[in-house]
Amino acid sequence: MSSIRLNNVKKAYGATEVIHGVDLDISEGEFVVFVGPSGCGKSTLLRLISGLEDITDGDLYIGDERVNDYRPKERGIAMVFQSYALYPHMTVYKNMAFGLKLGKTDKAEIDRRVRETAKILQLDKLLDRRPSELSGGQRQRVAIGRAIVRQPKVFLFDEPLSNLDAALRVQTRIEIANLHEELKTTIIYVTHDQVEAMTLADKIVVLNGGNVEQVGAPLELYNSPRNLFVAGFIGSPSMNFIKGEITLISDTGVTVTAGGGSAVTLPLKPGKATVGEAVTIGVRPEHMNEGADGDFHLTGRVDVVERLGDVSYVYFHLPDTERLTMSVPFTSAAKKGEAIAVSAASADIHLFDEQGQALERLP
Amino acid sequence: MSMQKMRKPLGAAGVHAILGAYTVLALWPIFLVIANSFKERKAIFRDPLALPTIDSFSLIGFEKVLGKSSFGLYLFNSLSVTLITLAIVLLIGAMAAWALSEYKFKGNTLLSIYMAIGIMVPIRLGSVSILQLIVDLDLTNTRTALVLVYVAQSLPLAIFILSEFMRQIPGDLKEAARCDGISEYGIFFHIILPLVRPAIATVGVFTMVPIWNDLWFPLILAPSPETATITLGVQQFIGQYVTDWNSVLASLTMAILPVLIIYLIFSRQLIRGITSGAVK
Repeated sequence: MSSIRLNNVKKAYGATEVIHGVDLDISEGEFVVFVGPSGCGKSTLLRLISGLEDITDGDLYIGDERVNDYRPKERGIAMVFQSYALYPHMTVYKNMAFGLKLGKTDKAEIDRRVRETAKILQLDKLLDRRPSELSGGQRQRVAIGRAIVRQPKVFLFDEPLSNLDAALRVQTRIEIANLHEELKTTIIYVTHDQVEAMTLADKIVVLNGGNVEQVGAPLELYNSPRNLFVAGFIGSPSMNFIKGEITLISDTGVTVTAGGGSAVTLPLKPGKATVGEAVTIGVRPEHMNEGADGDFHLTGRVDVVERLGDVSYVYFHLPDTERLTMSVPFTSAAKKGEAIAVSAASADIHLFDEQGQALERLP
Repeated sequence: MSMQKMRKPLGAAGVHAILGAYTVLALWPIFLVIANSFKERKAIFRDPLALPTIDSFSLIGFEKVLGKSSFGLYLFNSLSVTLITLAIVLLIGAMAAWALSEYKFKGNTLLSIYMAIGIMVPIRLGSVSILQLIVDLDLTNTRTALVLVYVAQSLPLAIFILSEFMRQIPGDLKEAARCDGISEYGIFFHIILPLVRPAIATVGVFTMVPIWNDLWFPLILAPSPETATITLGVQQFIGQYVTDWNSVLASLTMAILPVLIIYLIFSRQLIRGITSGAVK
């Protein structure tokens, strides 16, 4: 168990910089998820922490030690790979015991730890099998077990669920969450799946293009995304963006008009925004309702209705062709081709200035 | 459709016919050697293609070879030179291949090309300089000289084949091992080597056979009776005017055996490697 601190960490391959100075504090026992689209540098950042890649610039601390120049095995980390990376010629037992055996741990101690771990992960009946004789989920559990027996200070997970099918992914996700409850070890977990991020994390780090866009608790990111990128990335289906313009700034907030909608006054601090500035209005699909109950009104035409059973997604477009998504109860009578009136409460609406930065809420 | 249906069995039969013909062709000389080694001298010349019969059966060749020549010594020489070379080539070759395929360092490409040149240029072109070198090192008529030359001859191909195989081992596996706290030597011996075992077996066979059969280097570097290998030893039965065919064929027959045994050991690894790979 250890805290981790990144201080302006940079990584460059030759002249190409891929991580542009990341500052991050991870407390002891925290479950941190790095999330972002592919190529955002999340895996690279994890590999920098693991020691598989060298840090070009900046400092990395695990506990109180600066570990920049330490090799992976000296950092007290254990990593679980997307491809499982089990040793194919060894049994499950040997896979888990291998690192300890070569680390000259006492044989009885190895045996105790392996069997204990196997029990936690329900692998005790599979110890004599080879990886080729296991299913995907079992393999992933072995990979996790191999990490656990080493009793590391930090667990690193690199997209561990990407190779599993949907049902198994949910199940393994819960197992990992339980495991963290039990072991209370610091975990850094990389994924491109924002559902995994939301469900597992104590703290989410949203990365984009080698920069940290926002760090926060899952609901914090959901409720007050700092910028357009985070707003669009967190939440499923993703947030609707409508082009608008600031028409009035007053004590009660900022009034905007959307291209095809009504004017609405939002309880936000104007910050540097000025009247006449082109802004982006953000509304989550689940915060839109059919009808005119809300403060912000839009009228459009329905393109497609997807009925998922408990909920339906209505895809519609505004007169000026902006395409939006709304989630409605399954009772909705929305039909393809028909006009639809939509509204949202002003408290649920986000506003982003010309630079894509969110306007803060009034207290 | 009908064309395809027609073609398929014909194709299979054709392939088998060609492979069968080649097998017969390749095994024919060996069959002749073995069959004739059990015949009387006259029978060999009277009907070289016939199998030994009760009348023509004779072990005279084997008696002569085992009784009157130093066949045991030759066999020992051949075996020791081949096996020691094999061990060195496989160990150093695998380690070099691992270094070239895994680590990025200056001169990596250059070294790889240098090794590739070793495959293309026949080592016998350098016979004169090699002989000079061995004389200067005072290693003439030693098995060490042969081992050194054979190691040099076999290493390039071994490194080439093994590094290709090692490149195919997923990077995650090595990185997982590194995170597991295993040293680079540990990774090499406990993970890489077991995984490239089929390749090692292949390289083993490719290395062993030419060395076992080589006549050239024993002839120029170690022709003394104490260091002669089997191929060289057999030459004493071949004279300018008279050739003792019984002995030649008998010693060749016996020379096949050890190499056959080593081959069987390796080929078992080959098959095991192939099947274990298929399941994974």
